[in-house]
Amino acid sequence: MAKLTFKTDMCKGCGLCVDACPKKLLIIAKDKINQKGHSPAEITDESQCIGCAFCATMCPDCIITVER
Amino acid sequence: MVVFEKPKALADVSMHYCPGCTHGIIHRLVAEVIDELGIEGKTIGVAPVGCSVMAYNYFNCDMVEAAHGRAPAVATGLKRADPENHIVFTYQGDGDLASIGMAETVHSATRNENITVIFVNNAIYGMTGGQMAPTSLPGQVTQTSPYGRDVNHCGFPIKVCEMLSELDGPEYLERVAVNNVKNVKKAKMAIKKAFENQINGKGFSLVEVVSSCPTNWGMTPQKALQWVEENMIPYYPLGVYKDRSADKAE
Repeated sequence: MAKLTFKTDMCKGCGLCVDACPKKLLIIAKDKINQKGHSPAEITDESQCIGCAFCATMCPDCIITVER
Repeated sequence: MVVFEKPKALADVSMHYCPGCTHGIIHRLVAEVIDELGIEGKTIGVAPVGCSVMAYNYFNCDMVEAAHGRAPAVATGLKRADPENHIVFTYQGDGDLASIGMAETVHSATRNENITVIFVNNAIYGMTGGQMAPTSLPGQVTQTSPYGRDVNHCGFPIKVCEMLSELDGPEYLERVAVNNVKNVKKAKMAIKKAFENQINGKGFSLVEVVSSCPTNWGMTPQKALQWVEENMIPYYPLGVYKDRSADKAE
């Protein structure tokens, strides 16, 4: 099982990771707000994550660490 | 096992770029290449004027800030001063490299200076608020071309890779994009090759990265990447425009 760690406070909520995820597991958490004032990205069901790191590849702010 | 983490050559700070700006991806690719080649201690970057003017805050290597467009000239000096011990790269946008810095770009290319140039082409002046750039597409709406770029009045966009490939000087010219995962991986290979060429003393290597500017194009980050795919890439075809070592090998 893969593990994703988000540096939530550095997220700008652009959503490029959401589009990149082949399993469509990521969302922009509209009900949350981070230090920068953006709604951050988060993973819905980590058990489904295959650890492909596509989200991290497309993240312009390099906030995602992927472990497998 | 860690599959993906922030490269060590990239400082652990938040970048000033707008949400969804692909500058961040390109910074990361350069930093990953610096890590992989183990050249962190001897790399010197030259920052441009433009959105990436503060690139010196983001790379964990020595950085120099050049006057607008003069990054290849500064890099030439840095490289020639100590060619054995320094790896010098410039990181420039289209307003910097293709407009005010065109002379420096062309002349460092024709001299085959042993430097690496990362050229970020997003078809607009980002930092100053979205004016028309030399690389803006025909018909593209910008702050200074509100009815779309009229080629009869403003001329045609400059295709930097095609233009430089006509020179005998440059070693390696490639155009890549960062609009999807596949292209990001290809872009990294191109950037790595550009740095390896310098390490092997081959000469001028330029990688043009077709990028996006969601804010000044007036689009969401997702739409902007789609616009890159539909409009930018057909006008600026991706691929290797010059690779002298490969040509010789044939």
